[in-house]
Amino acid sequence: MTSAPAAAVFDPALPWRRARSVALRPEPFGALVYHFGNRKLSFLKSKTLVTVVETLADHPSADATLVACGVPEAQRPAYLRALADLARSNMIEPRESL
Amino acid sequence: MTAVVPQRPTGGRLVDQFEYGLDAPICLTWELTYACNLACVHCLSSSGRRDPRELSTAEAEGVIDELQRMQVFYVNVGGGEPTVRPDFWHLLDYAIGHDVGVKFSTNGVKLDRARARQLAATDYVDVQISLDGATAEVNDRVRGTGSFATATQALENLAEAGMKDFKVSVVVTRENVSQLDEFRALTDRYGAQLRITRLRPSGRGADVWDQLHPTQAQQRELYAWLLANGDRVLTGDSFFHLSAYGEALPGLNLCGAGRVVCLIDPVGDVYACPFAIHEQFLAGNVRGEGGFQRVWQQSDLFQELRSPQTGGACTKCAHFDACRGGCMAAKFFTGLPLDGPDPECVQGYGESALAARDLDLVTPRSHLDHSHTGPVRGQPTLLGMPSIPAKTCDESPLAGLRLG
Ligand code: SF4
Ligand code: SF4
Repeated sequence: MTSAPAAAVFDPALPWRRARSVALRPEPFGALVYHFGNRKLSFLKSKTLVTVVETLADHPSADATLVACGVPEAQRPAYLRALADLARSNMIEPRESL
Repeated sequence: MTAVVPQRPTGGRLVDQFEYGLDAPICLTWELTYACNLACVHCLSSSGRRDPRELSTAEAEGVIDELQRMQVFYVNVGGGEPTVRPDFWHLLDYAIGHDVGVKFSTNGVKLDRARARQLAATDYVDVQISLDGATAEVNDRVRGTGSFATATQALENLAEAGMKDFKVSVVVTRENVSQLDEFRALTDRYGAQLRITRLRPSGRGADVWDQLHPTQAQQRELYAWLLANGDRVLTGDSFFHLSAYGEALPGLNLCGAGRVVCLIDPVGDVYACPFAIHEQFLAGNVRGEGGFQRVWQQSDLFQELRSPQTGGACTKCAHFDACRGGCMAAKFFTGLPLDGPDPECVQGYGESALAARDLDLVTPRSHLDHSHTGPVRGQPTLLGMPSIPAKTCDESPLAGLRLG
């Protein structure tokens, strides 16, 4: 088994994407997240969060993705915490280009 | 009859969501064969002899294709002894090639140096060697003479081949619960990881459960040990009934049967849980129309299991949220009501329930038994059965004689 790369520090002003070795399986409450590299499981607890993770790659930053997905202002901190957790476990990764 | 599907809440805790089931299992066990070279006294699937109806290679590949479509990202493969299937190594490669990772449990009988090297070079495969004593003496009493040597040889081969993250899997019993630190030392020695799970009265386990399940005092020690060492040991979340002692143990504290867990047995039958091989928990067969997916998503049995428990003695218990009434299979095979306390309820309600059972109550038995019918080489001695020599060259008249 290859060792996982060090997790990136989550900065919502930067461009992100769902990690390439990660698959999302839709579930009634959101999605199951699976990392083929480190074989870790995680869960996305809302459908909006699923849309956010899936569309990170289409927007210039994580912040912009939240706006585009219509995440209400009051819920932004919770979403940013969820994304930071996903970054820590390598489920999302920083993207080079815009 | 179709079950009334209860309404799933939006948001909330994951454990509450899991009670309503998932579109595909998280923890799928697939037993490839009922054949086994050993005859462990507590075998959860009463394995020994192969079943002539076992899935063919092509059918097994079909199941893997389906798991890939359903995005089941890994399966726990077991048996019987899965590696005695001649197509085992082929199916392993086939699964990995179809994005279905494999974690397999074995007694180590086929893990020679060449196989160990092959495994070390394969991604997405996890190996678990079963060992039920940290010493040959304790292990071989339940798993059979020579089984400790076989298992530790396999561990040595894996370590030597540079295999990473392999596991030693221990069923905690009255006889080995005092060896937890020794188990840790043993696994550390091979660079392996320790995994301990709960003994359930399933399969042949029902015959020895009274004798082997940890006492109340031992359960408390086990709980303390888990709180102190929990981060370095895997448990398959199987001790969640101990959470009722106070602090919740890490992991999923919920019976996942038919909700996030299920079993595909060697003949393709789908049961709610590997510890529930009984007609009452049989949901369908992968050979049926619609395959595994239809059984998982639509069977009446699984629909019924996917609702939160609302009645019964446990819902009134102050610890219900932590312990959820414990293990369905443990209650069922000891003849206790499914909505009442676990037989090992840490509040002691299980013991009183067991004591209050009708004297002539016949506990449910599985309709299946693939146990060896004749004597087996190195047969376990726990039941006081005469052991036949582990090796044919051990025929000395003094072999096995205990002096004093
Ligand atoms: S029946 Fe027991 S072993 Fe099976 S999922 Fe439920 S708690 Fe776990
Ligand atoms: S009574 Fe039921 S819920 Fe309470 S501790 Fe015992 S098994 Fe768990």
